[in-house]
Amino acid sequence: MAKHRGAGGRVAICAVAQTKFERDKWQVRFQGMLWEVVEKVLRQTGLQFGAGGIEAAVTVSDDVFDARTISDGAITDVVGAHHQSEEKVAADGAQGVYYAAATILSNHHDIVLLAGHCKESQSASRNQITHLAFDPFYTRPVGLDYVAAAALQAQAYMARTGVTEAQLADVVVRSRKWARENPVAQETAAVTREQALAAPMLAAPIRQSFMYPVSDGAIAMILASEERAAELTDRPVWITGLGNCYDSFFLGERDLAGNFSLERAAKKAYEMAGVTHPTDAFEVVEIADQYAHQQPQYAEGLALCPARQGAKWLADGGPEKQHVNRSGGMLAGNPLILGGMARVAEAVIQLRGEAGSRQVPGAKRALAHGATGPAGQLQTVVVLEN
Amino acid sequence: MKKKNRNVAIIGSGMSKFSSHREEVNQPELIHEAVVEALEDAHLTMDDVDCVLHGNMELFEMVHQPDMWHVLGTGAWGKPGVRLTTGGTTGATLACAADNLVASGLHDVVLAIGFEKLEEGHATGGITNMADPLWGRSLQTGALTGTAAQKLIEQFGEERAKNAAIKMRIIMDEHAMRNEKAHRRLRLDRKYMKQIATQTPPLVGELRMIHMCSQSDGACAVIFASEDKVAQLGANPAWVVDHETVHREETLIFNSGKSTHRVAAERLYARNGITDPIHQIDVFEMYDPSAWWGVDWLGDFLLCESDEHVKMVENDQIAIEGEFPLNPSGGVQASNPIGATALVRVAEAAMQVVARRANTRCRVM
Repeated sequence: MAKHRGAGGRVAICAVAQTKFERDKWQVRFQGMLWEVVEKVLRQTGLQFGAGGIEAAVTVSDDVFDARTISDGAITDVVGAHHQSEEKVAADGAQGVYYAAATILSNHHDIVLLAGHCKESQSASRNQITHLAFDPFYTRPVGLDYVAAAALQAQAYMARTGVTEAQLADVVVRSRKWARENPVAQETAAVTREQALAAPMLAAPIRQSFMYPVSDGAIAMILASEERAAELTDRPVWITGLGNCYDSFFLGERDLAGNFSLERAAKKAYEMAGVTHPTDAFEVVEIADQYAHQQPQYAEGLALCPARQGAKWLADGGPEKQHVNRSGGMLAGNPLILGGMARVAEAVIQLRGEAGSRQVPGAKRALAHGATGPAGQLQTVVVLEN
Repeated sequence: MKKKNRNVAIIGSGMSKFSSHREEVNQPELIHEAVVEALEDAHLTMDDVDCVLHGNMELFEMVHQPDMWHVLGTGAWGKPGVRLTTGGTTGATLACAADNLVASGLHDVVLAIGFEKLEEGHATGGITNMADPLWGRSLQTGALTGTAAQKLIEQFGEERAKNAAIKMRIIMDEHAMRNEKAHRRLRLDRKYMKQIATQTPPLVGELRMIHMCSQSDGACAVIFASEDKVAQLGANPAWVVDHETVHREETLIFNSGKSTHRVAAERLYARNGITDPIHQIDVFEMYDPSAWWGVDWLGDFLLCESDEHVKMVENDQIAIEGEFPLNPSGGVQASNPIGATALVRVAEAAMQVVARRANTRCRVM
């Protein structure tokens, strides 16, 4: 097992800001959207760009979604990186948290700005984009995209565990209920189980209501070394566990109903954080549920309930008892690439006691999860404590 | 200089053969070539690797999140990893990231992979898409610009500047002739310098086809390990002492003062006790996308105030046998699989350090 940063070496998240997530922020370019949140974290911390202040930026974005090659070049000024460092993580924002933390644990930087953006509304079709993630020889010709991949995952998972469509509808109903308490959430209109079940079918068994909506938004965070965190906030949130893992590419080579990569990512993060009993280790759990069935499936992978027991977990009120996705989760609306980053953001807000009417009282330790790729091929797990 | 949490070394590297058309392999297969060679070089198997980094530009091959499909060639199945992309700098960003990830203590052995298969897309189209769609795209000519030529001609006069550019191009080709992996090995002959300079097609301004880098397919893989692992494996290390990244804000291109190259070099030298780079550095692998940029950027990286860098080209100081060997690999003018290119510089430099250690203490940039 690798060694972590020497005496007292920990990384804190000292500030977080999110735009409101919306279907189409037509009035602002992605640079403007990102500046809104960067300005907020500068104000929260009193930091400026440059030596002694923010020394480096890690950004999160995707060239295809941005329709620009090297799209981070368009935001160098926004993240204060003129004649400074900026490195772009082109994957889910939880991966950005992972890498930004490493740049501090290495002792290369003390204070890092992490900034992610995406305007899904810019593309005519998200499926057209995710279709391009499939290889041109075997999987693109059969028309796969991330929705189709998730549908195959959902079918396999539901067949194995007995999770029903009605239970998935209840996941959506609950997401909307909590989203109403989250000022940045997008989908806040109440739905009934019947309404969720009547939504148009996208790829069986995934209905429109079971899938995260088209979403625009940006998130910024300030990460700092233990030595510098106290200057920036009196409520630092510590990153105590990190793990990630890839699964294989071809869906047919994977156990689609299982959690190969998530189990490994969680194991690493839990070992690092000293978590031995995940079922009751966290007051706050944020799962990147891009699709409703992924909430119980990934809860299994995160060992929040026994493997194959997702249906029982839902029936027994597991999500409510374990405070899963009080933000509303991804079903309430985040761009795909910011799903895990928004989960980390909510965990930080909860651990700082700033979550208002959705606050989990006395939250001490939080679990945040992110996923990248078709049917969650790359999984990221972050443990945070106050 | 801040002390690293722990020391990091390069213990192996591999490259595919670079070429304009690697039609006999698909993308993961091309990556696999580099990965296998790197593992063999380090005497490791994938079981020893505990993190895989991936980088390239999505819009060059039009594959979204390509690290997913490429798992078939990268060996990242069941392993942690991160995908980073910053343009032509991607490969160097991967090296910085691998340094950070090993130094952080999160990982002991990191495999960094840079990749591009430009024949499957349209590189100039992809690069043109960098520019702001409202303010700059209609002016963009991809990577083909005549600005460096214009600058050198204004600084040093037309004849001297043109001669320096073509001389550098020929030296780079002489170096590429010694590198079997290089894409373009043209066997340019100094006897025909004048003809080469005037008879190849012009592209933009004084930038001619012969000055410009190639458009290549290729992959590069470099293995980074912690100090403990180096000792445990008995590896032959090239230590990664420090790194620095400097960007430029895109819309202030005409008013940004010092070049990013010069700012980066100044910081790196200041932190590492380099006061006389030309004499303290034994070999330099530089990202030189054209012969014009090569001459100009050499001056910036070496903090030249006058025409020292032009003289270094004129008097063959930058040749392998010279006092300051520049790009013994042939450099980017010979091979440019963009996402891999900057990592190739790191790999080549590490190979030089390891190979030359027996003779002399060697510092490489």
